[in-house]
Amino acid sequence: MAIDTGGRPLSPHLQVYRLPLAAILSITHRITGVGLAMGTVGLICWLMALASGEQSFAAVQSFYASWFGKFLLFGYSVALLYHLCTGIRHLFWDAGMNLGKDEVERSDKMVIGGVVVLTVVLWLVALI
Amino acid sequence: MAKFTLPKNSKVKEGKHFPAPAGATDVRRFKVYRYDPDSGENPRTDTYDVDLSTCGPMVLDALIKIKNDIDPTLTFRRSCREGICGSCSMNIGDKRGGSNTLACTKAIADFDGEIRIYPLPHMPVVKDLVPDLTHFYAQYASIEPWIKTDTANPSRERLQSKEDRAKLDGLYECILCACCSTSCPSYWWNGDKYLGPAILLQAYRWLADSRDEATGERLDQLEDPFKLYRCHTIMNCTNTCPKGLNPGKAIAETKKMMVERQI
Repeated sequence: MAIDTGGRPLSPHLQVYRLPLAAILSITHRITGVGLAMGTVGLICWLMALASGEQSFAAVQSFYASWFGKFLLFGYSVALLYHLCTGIRHLFWDAGMNLGKDEVERSDKMVIGGVVVLTVVLWLVALI
Repeated sequence: MAKFTLPKNSKVKEGKHFPAPAGATDVRRFKVYRYDPDSGENPRTDTYDVDLSTCGPMVLDALIKIKNDIDPTLTFRRSCREGICGSCSMNIGDKRGGSNTLACTKAIADFDGEIRIYPLPHMPVVKDLVPDLTHFYAQYASIEPWIKTDTANPSRERLQSKEDRAKLDGLYECILCACCSTSCPSYWWNGDKYLGPAILLQAYRWLADSRDEATGERLDQLEDPFKLYRCHTIMNCTNTCPKGLNPGKAIAETKKMMVERQI
């Protein structure tokens, strides 16, 4: 606990606060960041398998081609595209741009729309 | 490290129910956080059914009516009742949760159904809706919120162009009600070291003042991993400010000044 309450109770926070959409997108940005770090392990497995020969590469490839492998790849791709979109928004913010209340609400929707469109396009390209 | 649940002594229990007087037609239910430091019991929420036909339009009017007519033990801060003193800042909402605002400028009619009232979030509670703001005020003092100059005092006021004065608009209006700081998850988890949006907006108010001559010193003060950089642009501050100010933007401008002075 960050603040020493000196024996006093701590007032409710997450229990009562209605998080605005921007706050939900913010925590999702962090969660997808952690997800991407774990996903990198998957990428390394794939590269190591590639380096250690045909047989091991085929084994990893068949895992990624299975329904569970595809599910993980789908999750990774959504996390990547989400993190990309919110990351670009962070660049604008760090330049001092689009920080008005209405502007943030607008970019909330742009981020969500962007992720849906990019994910659909990516998987259409991948599966066709 | 962030702790997402409440400590054992802070868990909120269900409290008493005060029904509306017989014959009341326009009844609204208020669920209010109560904590009595003398009893040593856990906090609770008491439910008051208020007859709105004999009550003013604002949430603060309802609290004053409860204190006057229903339960004189209810404790809360209030003074100006017109959004200028910042005393009655609290968390007000409904079943879907609340946000921080001033009870005096928040209309009862803005809500449907039951209104829930809690003290400012993640703060030590002195009694009922009164949080302990000692640390918040100490943080305000730490940014030295007064003009600092090296040059000799002029024979008259230090002048400022209209353009430079305009840079303080959206900053000087802050009434330090602490709604923004206590809406900020970063401040919840790191409030001991992170200054929080209200204090950072005040810090920027002096960074942006053309008459102040301690800009570099002030930036040095903020340059550490916690005081400024725990802001992750969650934007709860700007979303909740009852005065319509933008602490998130003031913090972004401060971060920009940090970078700009290095190039």
